[in-house]
Parts: sequence; C-alpha cells; structure tokens
Amino acid sequence: MSLRRVVVTGLGAITPLGKTAPAYWEGLKAGVSGAAPITRFDATKFKTRFACEVKDYNPDDYFERKEGRKMDIFTQFGLIAADEAIQDANLEGVDKDRVGVIWGSGIGGLTSLQAECIAFANGDGTPRFNPFFIPKMIADSASGNISIKHKFRGPNFVTTSACASSSDSIISAFNYIRLNMADVMVTGGSEAAVTESGVGGFNALKAMSERNDAPELASRPYDKERDGFVLGEGAGALVLEEYEHAKARGAKIYAELIGGGMSADAYHITAPDPEGNGVVLVMQNALRDAGISPADVDYINTHGTSTPLGDGAEVKAIQKVFGEDAYRLNISSTKSMTGHLLGGAGAIEAVACILAMQHDLVPPTINHFTDDPELDPKLNFTFNTAQPREVNVAMSNTFGFGGHNTSVIFRKVRD
Amino acid sequence: MSEIAEKVKAIIIDKLGVEASEVTPEASFTNDLGADSLDTVELIMEFEKEFNVSIPDDQAENIGTVGQAISYLEEHAK
Repeated sequence: MSLRRVVVTGLGAITPLGKTAPAYWEGLKAGVSGAAPITRFDATKFKTRFACEVKDYNPDDYFERKEGRKMDIFTQFGLIAADEAIQDANLEGVDKDRVGVIWGSGIGGLTSLQAECIAFANGDGTPRFNPFFIPKMIADSASGNISIKHKFRGPNFVTTSACASSSDSIISAFNYIRLNMADVMVTGGSEAAVTESGVGGFNALKAMSERNDAPELASRPYDKERDGFVLGEGAGALVLEEYEHAKARGAKIYAELIGGGMSADAYHITAPDPEGNGVVLVMQNALRDAGISPADVDYINTHGTSTPLGDGAEVKAIQKVFGEDAYRLNISSTKSMTGHLLGGAGAIEAVACILAMQHDLVPPTINHFTDDPELDPKLNFTFNTAQPREVNVAMSNTFGFGGHNTSVIFRKVRD
Repeated sequence: MSEIAEKVKAIIIDKLGVEASEVTPEASFTNDLGADSLDTVELIMEFEKEFNVSIPDDQAENIGTVGQAISYLEEHAK
C-alpha cells in the first residue's frame, strides 16, 4: 500500500511568550525572553530561582472551577492549546470516529503527585488520597481529556520520551494517518514542571542554568558562557490531516509533514553522546523518510537547550549530516526565548517551524554575546534577531534523557 | 440551620461547583447536583476530614442526598 500524505490544518500554543499561537509567534519574531523569577512556589533556597512560566495564568479564565480542579496544570495547558488548534482547523462535520489524539508529556502531573505526597506525609498515616489524584497525575490524562471534550473516538494515547515526547507524538500521529488508521489527529504535547520537585530535581542533575542575577539572559544556546537550560512550561498543538481529506473540505493548509526520524544514543541515561552519533542517525532517518536531501533543508530548529555538552554535540552532528550544505542553513534554538518545555518542546518548536515557513522568517537564537571557539563560525545560528528567508523545508530536532532522538520535517505544500 | 449543616453545604458548593440555592436537603448528589462516582467519593472524604470521622463504605453508600449527609454527620461527628 502507498502511504497517504499528511498536512497541518490547525495550530495552537500556550507558552511563556504568549497564550495563543499568534501571540507566541509575535514573541518569537521579536526575540523576547520568557524567563523571570519563579512565582509558583517560594524558590528562595533553590539553586535556580527563575523559569519560563506561562505569564498571568489563571485556570478560571479557561475552565469552570469544578472542571479545572480535576485536571493537573499540564492537562489544562494541553486542553487550551488543543482547543485552539481544533478551532483553527474548524473540524465541524468531520467524522469523529476517524479523529484521534496522540499527545506527549515527559512527566505528567508532577504538581498533583507532589501535593498528594506532601499531604500524606503531613498526616497521621491515614491514606486520604483524593479520588482525582491518579486521573490528574497520569501522563495520558491530557489525551484522554481532549478526546472526552471533543468526542474524538479515534486512536488515543500518550508518548513519553522525556524532552522528545511531543516530537514522538507528532510522528505517531503522522503514521496513524499515513497508514489509514485515522483521517485527522490532534497531536502535540504539554508540560508543567515548575514545582519544587521539578526544579530541585533538575538542579540535582546539574542541568539547569543558575544565572539568577539575569534570568532573561540565561538561556543562551551556542554562547560560550552558556551554563544550562532554563525550565519552561506550556503546550503546543497541531491538527494533522490526510491531504485529500483536508482539500475536500476546503481546510486551510499550513504545511505538509513529510518525514520523521527516530533513534537512540544508546550511550548514557542523561549525558549526550559527545560524538553525536545518535543525532546523526536521527537526522539521516528523517531525511530518508521525507525523501529529500540535505540540500533541500532551509531551517533547522535545533534541540539547543543551552547546556555546555548538548549544544556542541548537536552542531557537530548537523555538520556531519549536512556537510557543505550546513553553511546555507539557518539554524536557531527558540529555547533561547521559551526555555525548555521538556515534553512540550517538540510541539511548540514544530509550531515555530510551521509559522517560520508561513511568514518566511526565521526566529532567532537570542542572548548571543560571546562566540564559542568550539563551534564553526561559518554556521548561521540566526543570532539575536529574526532573519527573513524563504523557508520551504524546516526540520525540528528534539532529544530526551534516556538518549531518545526525534526529528520531524515540514515542507510548504505543493500539489 | 446547624453548624454542621452549614459546613456540609459549604463543602458541597465548593466541590461540586453548584449554587447555594440548589443545595436543598432533598437534592441528590448524582441526580440533582451533577456529581459522578468520583465526585461522590471525594465528598465523603471531605466530610471525613472536616468532621474527623471515618465513614465505612457500607454506610457511605447510604449517603446520597444533602439531607442524608447532614443527618449522618450530626449523629456521628465528634
């Protein structure tokens, strides 16, 4: 059987730069940092006291109180972004038995897990766990809640591969449509780990920036003085749809999803392979799946988390895969602005790639001050300001603890 | 209204997101106040916590209305 073509017909996002996809794009375009001191808990004693939170977030703006309190914040973010994408795609009248939801989350309901454990520890040993605790905490509650709200009865589950989770969800959704197991898939991912256990845990891994005196300058991928990632939160959502199905109903088509690649480092549970072998393989796998050559790619939205080791390994891998073509690329890490959304990163970065294609504008890598002598100065990292460029093909890379690597490729639609 | 009845009503209003006027003694949690099975479990747990009682499952099954909750708690609350 031949594989069916898959296009993007809806976008949604709730991010540290803005609470809708258009607001997010405005922030990306302007090169705004989403980092600020942590407001969700008292971080006085923490090594890192800032994060990229979704600003002025109040669940009551989106949910009935009774409905909202039964969902962890990561599920709330998921529903908000998914609702925007579903509305954007205008799925009225589509056969809901043929619409599925595959969501991504690296952690799930960490806030809920932490709150229930604290309450138990503070009690007298009597187990008074809330009946909503498990359904709030489990990572699949986002995909479950999206399907329940919209009555989508197609395939439904969650992918978990740490910071690659929502690129894996996009590829899974892509495959279900390609294989004719669904016509429309709502996909993406969300994360909300700005909690004591999230920040403390990542601090213990020595993975996060500790630039507390200047949070907005902390996420600086490819800068010599980078000192770790900045934790972000939020969600991104895409509606994927079979091409003929989208055309037949006159849907607005943003882009075509032409390929996805996956690989594992098989090296270390948290450290990247310094040679970037798994990352070379994942980009090669994605290019082969898309049926294009390195010369066809215009823009790579990198994983680029601003860690000393990871950024260099990815760049080395890009040069191995792209050779001389690497110098024609625009490369940028939008995590310099959004921070790292962990299981939501792949989704919001896919949205960034698609909007870059739509506007023919490459969002920047902000906070560049000092060149890293380890990185080839002939590469174009789109430092500090957005660059106009015709973007026909964009690639988004994400990698997760565990050594998971995932890469997706979008192209402007042509017949 | 007794202090216990006041507190029971407040818990129901808070947990089920309903208006005070709906919380009549005859109102059924599931049929009138929109509770599902998990909401009902949560309500019972809140009553246990607020009134420092332990409500056995077989007795919890008989607490289906606002009035039943109030009379059970007026009898058992410490």
